[in-house]
Parts: sequence; structure tokens; C-alpha cells
Amino acid sequence: MLDLVWLVPAFPLAGFLILTFGGRRLGEPTAGWLATGAMAGSFLATAGAFYELAGRDVHDRRSVTTLFEWVPAGDLTVDVGFLADPLSLTMCLFVTGVGALIHLYSIGYMHGDAGFRRFFAYLNLFAFAMLMLVLGDNLLLTFLGWEGVGACSYLLISFWFTDEANASAGKKAFITNRIGDWGFMVAIFMTFATFGTVAYVDVLDTTAAGTVATSTATVIALMLFVGAIGKSAQFPLYLWLPDAMAGPTPVSALIHAATMVTSGIYLLTRVNPIIADAADWVPTLIAWTGAGTALFAATIAVAQRDIKKVLAYSTVSQLGYMFLAVGCGAYVAAVFHMITHAFFKALLFLGSGSVIHGMDGDQDMAHYGGLRRFMPITAGTFVIGWLAIAGVPPFAGFWSKDEILAFAWNESPLLWAVGLVTAVLTAFYMTRLVILTFFGRHRYADPRPDEVDEAWAAALAAADGAVVAAAAALDAAVAASEAGTDEPAAAEAMVAAKAAHEAATIERDLIVAASGERPELPALALYGEPEVGPVADRLPDEVAARSDHHPHESPWTMALPLVVLAVLSVLGGLIQLPFSSATKRLEGWLEPTLFGNEVHLSVGTGTLWVLAALAVAGGAVGIVVAVAAYLQRRVDHSAFEQPILADAWRFDRLVSNFMGGPGRAGFEATANFDSTVVDGAVESVATMVKVEAGLLRRFHNGLVRTYAAGIGVGAVGLVVWFLSRTSF
Amino acid sequence: MDAAVFLISAAIVLAGAGGVLVARSPVHAALFLVQTLFGVSVLFVLQDATFLAAIQVIVYAGAVVILFLFVIMLLGVDRSEDLGMEPIVGQRPVAALVGASLLGMLLIALLVSVDGPTGAHGANAALGDAADNTRRLGEALFTDYVFAVELTAILLTIAVIGAVVLARKVRGPLAPLPVVVVASATIEDPEAGDGPTDTTDGHAAGEDT
Amino acid sequence: MVVTTSWYLALAAVLFSMGAVGLLTRRNPLIMIMCVELMLNAVNLTFVSLGAELGDLGGQLSVFFVLVVAASEVVVGLAVVVAIMRRRQGATVDDLSVLRG
Repeated sequence: MLDLVWLVPAFPLAGFLILTFGGRRLGEPTAGWLATGAMAGSFLATAGAFYELAGRDVHDRRSVTTLFEWVPAGDLTVDVGFLADPLSLTMCLFVTGVGALIHLYSIGYMHGDAGFRRFFAYLNLFAFAMLMLVLGDNLLLTFLGWEGVGACSYLLISFWFTDEANASAGKKAFITNRIGDWGFMVAIFMTFATFGTVAYVDVLDTTAAGTVATSTATVIALMLFVGAIGKSAQFPLYLWLPDAMAGPTPVSALIHAATMVTSGIYLLTRVNPIIADAADWVPTLIAWTGAGTALFAATIAVAQRDIKKVLAYSTVSQLGYMFLAVGCGAYVAAVFHMITHAFFKALLFLGSGSVIHGMDGDQDMAHYGGLRRFMPITAGTFVIGWLAIAGVPPFAGFWSKDEILAFAWNESPLLWAVGLVTAVLTAFYMTRLVILTFFGRHRYADPRPDEVDEAWAAALAAADGAVVAAAAALDAAVAASEAGTDEPAAAEAMVAAKAAHEAATIERDLIVAASGERPELPALALYGEPEVGPVADRLPDEVAARSDHHPHESPWTMALPLVVLAVLSVLGGLIQLPFSSATKRLEGWLEPTLFGNEVHLSVGTGTLWVLAALAVAGGAVGIVVAVAAYLQRRVDHSAFEQPILADAWRFDRLVSNFMGGPGRAGFEATANFDSTVVDGAVESVATMVKVEAGLLRRFHNGLVRTYAAGIGVGAVGLVVWFLSRTSF
Repeated sequence: MDAAVFLISAAIVLAGAGGVLVARSPVHAALFLVQTLFGVSVLFVLQDATFLAAIQVIVYAGAVVILFLFVIMLLGVDRSEDLGMEPIVGQRPVAALVGASLLGMLLIALLVSVDGPTGAHGANAALGDAADNTRRLGEALFTDYVFAVELTAILLTIAVIGAVVLARKVRGPLAPLPVVVVASATIEDPEAGDGPTDTTDGHAAGEDT
Repeated sequence: MVVTTSWYLALAAVLFSMGAVGLLTRRNPLIMIMCVELMLNAVNLTFVSLGAELGDLGGQLSVFFVLVVAASEVVVGLAVVVAIMRRRQGATVDDLSVLRG
């Protein structure tokens, strides 16, 4: 079975090809089922390979299946081959498993979309690229998959490309990734230069034997880290992930939660011997980058109103945890968290997709509230996902996060502190999300700020109209009294008209004053309908229409994956329970791939219990504060939702300004350099040839006597030469 | 005695050559050529190459130069060439340089070399005296070198046929020669005085034979 | 004075050079061919002189063949000149620059 491991990427590739070339005839649900079937087949193949690998002896758990030679270029030969070892098969298992669930979900989510078939074709292509990335037995194949997932990410993010913003988001993702890809490419070049090969087996075995210079390993590790930053959305290359939420939610779940973004961590785990041989500051850099990004993203997620943006920043934050683990030498913890994160983050994303689907595309949490009455299954599974990510035992996220925090403490208490604060914030913002979405009052029918403005404007217009009418009546009465026909009646009418005019003016001034003084409508009307004031009857019609809106629960194709993922989120922690080496199954399983580079905890069990308790306490604090702020009105929630956090620390704006300003100047300079200097150098060769030919062609004037002169000169030259060589 | 004859013949030869060089009319040049050929013939006699001297006069001076004169008459190419101007820039200096260099090199090669010519004696045949020259020459030619003689016969035949073909009268009007800017200085005819007709830089319109 | 071979060789050298200069200088094709004849005569003289010095008939044999070939060359050359010069009266060699590149 292991030599059939090529079936694992072959199924989605076949699915992609069939859907691309024969899909038009397949029609809507069939295309989806075909793609899902391909993923399921891939999952079964992985399971078979996994089963066989597990049956092998511990020291024999590495199988390379070469298909054919891909690049025979002199010293560099690269094969298309698959490396089936515990790490790659573990990744394949959850990629194919979660992927199959997401494919099933998409059948319901994308129902009725015009690009249904295209969506599944792209999803399958993505799965193929991701599996090539994971299963490839050399850096170049991994890079092929790396680029492939980047390209598919672009295709899928800008799936609804007719909207300019979506297209831009896709481009942003691709370009930001490209920066990371540069680092990866340099690493490949250096690897080839150092080892003469790019195959993992050779490179890692050679490195583990200790024959690589520290400086070389440092450079390679750093360059791979740059690539990982790009793909796994760490600071400063995280900018694309929040924008990538423009794509359909299953895309966000699959690509930006469970699979593609974990490629960076996979890569770093794969090359752990190189990181171990690098300078000491490299893992420290990785750890601090991860911790910093985790905290950074968590602070931003606190103030977001779009449900998917919260989850996006949450993903960035959790990826930061994984990088923190890698930097602390805790590769098993990183992989563990990767697996559990795949489960609960996919669950959360799919759940949010279900909510968005039920709310007809509205993503603003200000319009949600109390949805658990309408969408019980979604709510129930979402709560499980929430508990998992908040680190509540015994759900999966607690075990993995706690493991990472333990290793962080082992490395540096400061790192642990950052991780703990991030955990508190994670619990806080996730609780906030759950409360805003599923609990409290249903705010969909509330009037919105722009609608209230419209109502006030209407009231003001009406009051102005009344004043104008009263003035006209007054003028009429004055004219009537000056006409002087019916004195007492006319005088009465004039008094009445004057009074009416004054009343209307006073009324109008009151409304103006009220409008000027009216309080700002709260962003989140958590506890009661917002006070609209005297203009309640002037609200536009959409407000009334919305009060009839009932969000609906999702079909079974969407609900089933939610349930499955919820179960996995509950039970996922069982693969690596820290109580004894027997329960640390993941660690034993991954051991052959780690070459002994896994750091050992030097803290005692008592410290571990204390750390665990502190982590749980931190999570509890986050939950309690969020509940107090959003459900119980004990804390003012707007204190947490600072505008600078909502604006993501203005970092995106900084980058845009830089790129549009000096960045653009730099790019244009580079482009000019290319067209003038580089192209000019090439063209100058042609120009030189032309000039020289122009010079030489003067010799060919077609005149016999010139040629005769040439012969004469040549003859003289020959004679001179011969004479100079004879002796006299 | 020999020296006097030699010097006089040498003077005749060189005068004739100089005449060919500077003669403005081709007819004059042909006559000067005859002068040179006579002088060379005398020099042959001095060297006991009597047969060759006779052949020189009969064939060279008698036939070849006559051929020249026939062509001159036929074509009317007896217009004087303007020796004063030289259309190609630098041709005269180059010619002078080439001539001087050749002269210098040849003199060095032929005169200064220590050993001199070192042909094996009697490689072909022994040289007899003047009276015997024809017989010996004939013997050598028609025994040792008979193939070469036959080949030269063929060569002459081919030359004749070629000449006949090349110089045939053409049917139809002849395309004019293209005129090139450089050759603006053609032979100036003192009588007619016409210059080039057009100055297009064209290609030959196909040469008819 | 005894006339040695060197004298003949010197004379031949001068004649050859003069022929070369004339070939490069003159523009009339017929005169150019005559200059070629001058050069050939110089060569003939050299052959005969050296043959006489060495007592070998080979010099004279060579001259014989040079004579024959020169004659045929003149024949063909003049035929070409005739063929070209029919096109235009008073043409010079400088006019034949069709091969100008």
C-alpha cells in the first residue's frame, strides 16, 4: 500500500482534470459529489498508507516511492517521488480528512452559485498541490506544491472576481506569498549548493550526521523561515490573511485555517535538523516572531465586527503559537496544535459560514444576536469549537495549547507570559464572538445608523415644509386682511395664521436642536432596542421588512461536517495527553522524523500542573470578562473595542502608503533599470554588431581595383612574414 | 659584350614597361608592351633560350598584342584615360606602397639570400647550348611532359570556345550597365565629353550573354 | 663586368613591381591586362634565368607552359572585356561595381 502512496495526490488531480474538461456536463450537485468523492478516495489511500506505516517497526518508518525523474540537469537530478513518513502521513490525514468534510460542506454552501463546478475544480487542484507539498520527497516538489497552493489560493480568494475588492484580495495574497517564496527559493539554491541534492532523505541525514557548517545551516534555516512567514501569515507578511476572507467561507476554512497556512510549520518541522544546526538565535527569532504575532493578532481580533475577520486574526494568532512551539524546539507540540487547530478552526469557519448562509450573506456581527434559537446545530457545534480554542479542558485545544505554553516556559518565562496573555485575549474575543452571534437579543431588525440619519433628515424636511406652508398661509391671511372685506374674520384669520407660523417655526427649531443633540447610535445595541427618538415613524421601509426575517438552519450537507468536526474537537486531545509516555502517542509516532531535535522539558511535573492551572485560569478570566461586557452589562464593552485595534494598528495602511509612495518609486526605478540597462546591454550586442558591420561593409565597394589593392597588400604581408622567418 | 647587350635590353624593357604605365591611349600602351616583349626576348636569347625567344616574339608580341589591338579597334576603347585624377581614395598611395614593398621584398629574397637557389642539378634535363635548345626542349616536352602538353592543348581549345561564346553578338537590346556614384570619373573623351547618364545605385539588370 | 644571375633577377623584380603598380593604378581594363602581361613576363624572365644558372631545362619548360596559359587567359579575358564593354562606350573597371555590398 505504501508504494501506492502516489494515489493520495492522484485522486484530487483526477478530480480536477475531470471537472475542468468534462465538468460542463456534470451539472451542479454531481460536480460537488465527484470532488468530494475524490477527496474521500484520497483519505482512504492515506489511511491505508498510514496503517501500513504504523505496522512497521519504529526504525523503518520511512518509505520513498519514486515515480520518475523530473529534472535531469547535470549535477542536479530531481525525481518526482513521495516520502511517506510519520510527519507527512499525519499531515495528509488531516488535510484529506478535513478537506473531504469541507468539500461536502461546500456542496450545500455553494448551492445555486454560477461557478459551482469551477469552485470544486479549484478545490481539488488545491488539494492536489497541498498533498504534493506534504508528500514530496524533495524541496523542489514541496516548492511545486507551495506555489500551487499559492496559485489556488489566489484563484479561490478572488472566486467572485467581478467584485474589484475580491480580485484585489486575491492579488494581495499571491504577491505577499511571493515575497516568502523568494526566501524559499534562495534556500533551495543554497541547499543544492551545500548538499548537491535537494532530496529530504539525503539532506536531513547528512545534516543530522553533523557535517554542515553552522553559518550555512543558519542561512538555509533563515530563508526557509522567510518562506514560512509568507505562507503562514506571520508578521509582517500576515496582511493577506484578513483580506483573504473575501473568498467563500469553505475556502477560508480549508485554505486559511486548516491546510495551506500550516505549510510553513510543516516545512520548518521537516527541516528540524537544519534548524538545530543553525545559530542559537534562529530558533529564538522564530519563537519571538510567533509569540509577537500571536499577541498582535489577538489584540486586533478583539475589536473586529466582521465575523470572518475575527476568525482570520485568530488564525494568525494560533499560527503564531505554532511558530512559538517550533522556536522552542517543541515540534511535537507544534504538530499537535496544528492538528487540533485544523479541527476547531475549520469547525469555527464552517460554523460562521453556516451563520452567514443563514443570514443571507450578512457578515457584520452587529446585525446578529440570539441566533441559537434559529440555528441550533450550528450554535451547538460552534460552542464546542469555542471551548476548544479558548483552552477549556478537556477539549482538544486545551491540551495542545498547554503543551506549547509548557515548552515556552521551558525556553523563557517571558515567552510564556506573552503566550498566556494571548490565551486570555483568545478566550475573550472568541467568547465575544459567540455571545454577539448566538446569544443576546436578535439585532437584525434594529435600525441602522444610516437609516436613522435618513429618518432625521426626513423629519427635518417635513418640518421645513410645514414652516414654508405656514408662511404661505400667513401671507395669504395678510393679503386677505389688506383686501379688507371681512374685517373681524380677516383679523382672526391673520392672528391664527401668525400663531400657526410661529408654532411651525418653533417646532422646526426644536427638531433641529434635537437632531443636533441626538446621541450617537450605539455600535452594538446589546441590551435593548436603540433609542431612535421622535423619528421612529420615519424610518425607511427596509427596517420593517427586516423584522420578518428568520435565519434558517443549514442543510445536512453543511451540518454533518460541523458535527464531525465538533466530535474531533472534543476527542482530538487524546493523541497527545501529557500524563505519561504511553499517552503521548503523537510524540512516539513522530519521533523518527525529529532526529532527536525535540527539546526535553526540564521542568518538573508540579510546575507543569501550575502552568496548566494558570492557563485555565487565564482562559476563564477571558471568558468571564467577555460575558460581563457583552452579556451582563457589568463592563463597558466599548473600552475594549478601540478604533486603533479595529484598524489593525494601522499597519496595513502603513504598508499601503509605503508601497504606493516610495515603494512605487522603487519599483518604477527597477523597471526602468531593467528596460534600459539590462535590455540595453543585450541590445548593445546587436547594436555593436550592426555598427561593426557598417564599418566593415565599406570594404566591399564592388570595385575591382580595391580588391586588387587588397590582394597586393595581402601578398606583401605574406612575403614579409615568410621573409621574417627565413634566415639569411 | 654581354653586359652591354644586357643593359641595353634592360633599358628597352623598363622603358616599355614605364610606357605601358603612363600611356594615356591604349594603342600607345599596346605598342609599349611590344617594346617590352622584344626586350625580354633579347634577354632570352642571351640566356641561350632561343626557342623561347622565338615563341615570345611570335606568340606574345605577334598574336597576343595583335589580339589586344583588334579588341581596341573593335570596341573603340581608344579613348584616353585621364591619369590626373583618381576616383578611389587612397588607391595611388596604396599602389605605390605595394609596389615599393614588393620590389624591396623581391630584391631581398632574390639577392640577399646566402645560399641562393638550390635546385637539384639536372632535375629535368640538362641544358644544352643555344643551337641544341629546340631539340632538347621538344624531347623533354613530348616525353616527360606529354600529358601537360595535351592538357594545355585542351585548355587552349576551351579558351577559344569560351571566347567565342562570351563575345557573341547579343540578340535584342542590351541592358545598360548600372552606374555607381564612385565611378563618376569615367574616361574623359576629349571629343564627345559625355558623362554618366543616371546615378541610380541599382543592381545589374541581369547580364545577358 | 660579368652579367650574373642577380642582374636578371633584379630586372625581373623591377618589372614585376612596375606591372603591379600599373595594375592597381590604371582604370582601362585592356591596359590592366597588359600590366598583368608585364608581370608574367617578369616571372618568365626569372624562370629562364634561374634555369640557366642551374643548368636545368625546367625553367624553360615552365616558361613554355606559362606562355600557353597566359595566352589563353588573355583570350578569355578580352572576350569578357568585349562582352562588358559593349554595354557602354568608355566604361572603366570602376563601373563594374555591381558586387558592392
